[in-house]
Amino acid sequence: MRSVFPVLTVVVVIFIAWYAGAIALNARWADDKAERAGVELSLTELVADTWSQDKPKLPAPHQVAAEIWKTTGAMVAKGRGFSKRSLFYHSWVTFSSTTLGFLMGTVLGVGLAVGIVYNRTMDMSVMPWVIASQTIPIIAIAPMIIVVLNAVGISGLLPKAMISMYLSFFPVVVGMVKGLRSPQVMQLDQMRTWNASPSQTFWKLRLPASMPYLFTSLKIAMAASLVGAIIGELPTGAVAGLGARLLTGSYYGQTIQIWSALVMAATLAAVLVGLIGLVQRITLKRMGMAQ
Amino acid sequence: MTGDTVISAKDLSLTFQTNDGPVHALKDVSLDVVKGDFVSFIGPSGCGKTTFLRCMADLEHPTGGTITVNGVSAEEARRARAYGYVFQAAGLYPWRTIGGNIRLPLEIMGSGKADQDARVKRVLELVDLAGFENKFPWQLSGGMQQRASIARALAFDADILLMDEPFGALDEIVRDHLNEQLLQLWDRTGKTICFVTHSIPEAVYLSTRIVVMSPRPGRITDVIDSPLPRERPLNIRETPEFLEVAHRVREGLRAGHGE
Amino acid sequence: MTWLVAGLAAWALGWWINTTLARRPRTRITRTVVPVVFGLTVIVIWECVVRGLAIPSVLLPAPTMIAVRFIHATAILWEDFVQTAIKGALSGYVMGCGAAVLVAIAVDRSPFLQRGLLPVGNFVAALPIVGIAPILVMWFGFDWQSKAAVVVVMVFFPMLVNTVQGLQETDAMQRDLMRTYAAGYWQALFKLRLPAAMPFIFNGLKIATTLALIGAIVAEFFGSPIRGMGFRISTSVGQLATDLVWAEIVVAALAGSGFYGAVALIERAVTFWHPSQRGRG
Repeated sequence: MRSVFPVLTVVVVIFIAWYAGAIALNARWADDKAERAGVELSLTELVADTWSQDKPKLPAPHQVAAEIWKTTGAMVAKGRGFSKRSLFYHSWVTFSSTTLGFLMGTVLGVGLAVGIVYNRTMDMSVMPWVIASQTIPIIAIAPMIIVVLNAVGISGLLPKAMISMYLSFFPVVVGMVKGLRSPQVMQLDQMRTWNASPSQTFWKLRLPASMPYLFTSLKIAMAASLVGAIIGELPTGAVAGLGARLLTGSYYGQTIQIWSALVMAATLAAVLVGLIGLVQRITLKRMGMAQ
Repeated sequence: MTGDTVISAKDLSLTFQTNDGPVHALKDVSLDVVKGDFVSFIGPSGCGKTTFLRCMADLEHPTGGTITVNGVSAEEARRARAYGYVFQAAGLYPWRTIGGNIRLPLEIMGSGKADQDARVKRVLELVDLAGFENKFPWQLSGGMQQRASIARALAFDADILLMDEPFGALDEIVRDHLNEQLLQLWDRTGKTICFVTHSIPEAVYLSTRIVVMSPRPGRITDVIDSPLPRERPLNIRETPEFLEVAHRVREGLRAGHGE
Repeated sequence: MTWLVAGLAAWALGWWINTTLARRPRTRITRTVVPVVFGLTVIVIWECVVRGLAIPSVLLPAPTMIAVRFIHATAILWEDFVQTAIKGALSGYVMGCGAAVLVAIAVDRSPFLQRGLLPVGNFVAALPIVGIAPILVMWFGFDWQSKAAVVVVMVFFPMLVNTVQGLQETDAMQRDLMRTYAAGYWQALFKLRLPAAMPFIFNGLKIATTLALIGAIVAEFFGSPIRGMGFRISTSVGQLATDLVWAEIVVAALAGSGFYGAVALIERAVTFWHPSQRGRG
């Protein structure tokens, strides 16, 4: 609770800077317009204009909020909450490929981590490549994955989810390898003195010990997965999803649309990561690991 | 020597290959441990006392000589769960309660639920922790955690207890208390205990036999049969007999160091 | 069919070599050879499968085809590399990381700012920041400046969070020691806290290398002059010139791992004392 006031202060400062930035960036357009109309703008008129342009360089927060309301709440009120113009619809599209990719990435990541921890050959052959694969800007492959999978007749959710999977499996592998190796040598020796089988050691010691690591990497993986889904929507011809909204917005100079899609994406990220945090708290508390 | 030999080491050697050449952790160590004995292993660090204990537990593989536990090889003894092992740190799982931690080896060995409950209850009483079953380890003091780890080693009723500096990380007062309790426990259960320590008073106070070891290469320099009675109050440590044994241990350590 | 059999044989051979090597004690040599064998095996299998199943090159070109294309197109690839990796990613990386370290030091002096900025920074670091690419392309134009701006924003927050965390790394005893020397703030900062923060700073720098290239490439999807890796990839995909796309991906991979490797080398030289770096020599 101690940090509520400082955080609020920072947030307020950000909003002030945002409004000020809107004035600074949009003033030229307003001046030009006034000049063409042959009128002189007073300061208040100028400010009012910069905060209410149609295609501003930087829309003011209330414009973005209004746009978001228009494309979410207002549409729900009209009973068209899921029409193609609704942000709920686009968020849903992005959400579904994010979570699918996240789930696939988690399964792949945990599987690889188990293999790496239990198999020396795999540890030595695969682990360096897993790390190397992340120094590569994967995104470069995104357009191609989409196009290639389209060519073999796979389209829609799966190609996007594949990109999300690729981005999200890495934090899971690294975190889980660390977690599964987190038991001390002493605890592993202890298991040996009881003549425990490898599977008993896994289920009773390694897996529970890895839980805190798993959740930390799941949060990172979820954030990465959302990035993957958004980027995966860029080359699909911009049909649906928050990424598509960004792209069409940038084609037609609809800055308010871009910003509202951005805010929606941020909200989605916050909700998803927050959900994992919640599950983490409950699980660790139940396990007695939260202190 | 009377009674049955429980642990028997003959010309045991163990050499580690390191980057700086071979290290002789143990060289030609021979020792018989008799049923019901309380044997302490004492020596400076690097003398191989822990390595010796780990050989008994089949946690290290000797490079020479033989070791038998209960008449079979150390590995077979481990598979038969012939001993309980207490490590330097309690090493309790933070995600299990005290009861859950003690139940852990029982689950691994596949004993039934009712049997587990009964055993947990019994060993918790044995180490004076009754009523703490549902606490988590991190809610307990260091001494209590170490007692819980002893209870865990006792839970499956092995005849041998191997203890590797179990009280090394605890302060003097707690250690005295635990030493006293350990003696009572040994007296009541009649187990054979092998106990690694670097404290002379602890070794003399607890043991029926004290094995003095020295480093480079790790070997046994002296084996002292304690003349002290089985019944030992804490103040026995001020008697002349106690001091005499302690003196002999100290001499043995010094001799091993002098070479 | 022969190709498929050859692929299977390559797989068996690679697996056999690696299991044999993995059983031997870990040395510098086995640590390098094993992953290399693995990588080569994958490439050989890829080649064999593409040829054996006669996969059209539009879908997945064979490694040899990519290599040939790579050699013939070096001029284009180099131009793209300079545009995206040097002008876009590297300049943005230097500016973003530099700014983040300075801000972190400033934030570190004020507990109020720390408590306020850190949660916000952590929150922002989890957001899909690449999304601002279209906005920054509108603001700074199509050329590399807008790419560098995207990179600055992308690397700033992870870097800030890591540096602030690193500056808090020193324990009370070490700080008390500095106090007994009557060391001033700047002395304590340069002699104790910055060195202690180095492992964290380098962790941030390493994360930022990948983010920088991602940012620069993605920003080009939203508009760029007719050069750059992101531009080339998206247009070549449209023209079904998959081999050129793959050649571009090879460049991206080389640039990414080279960039990361360079930072890791500097890290090893600077933080040789840290447990994670010790005993690797």
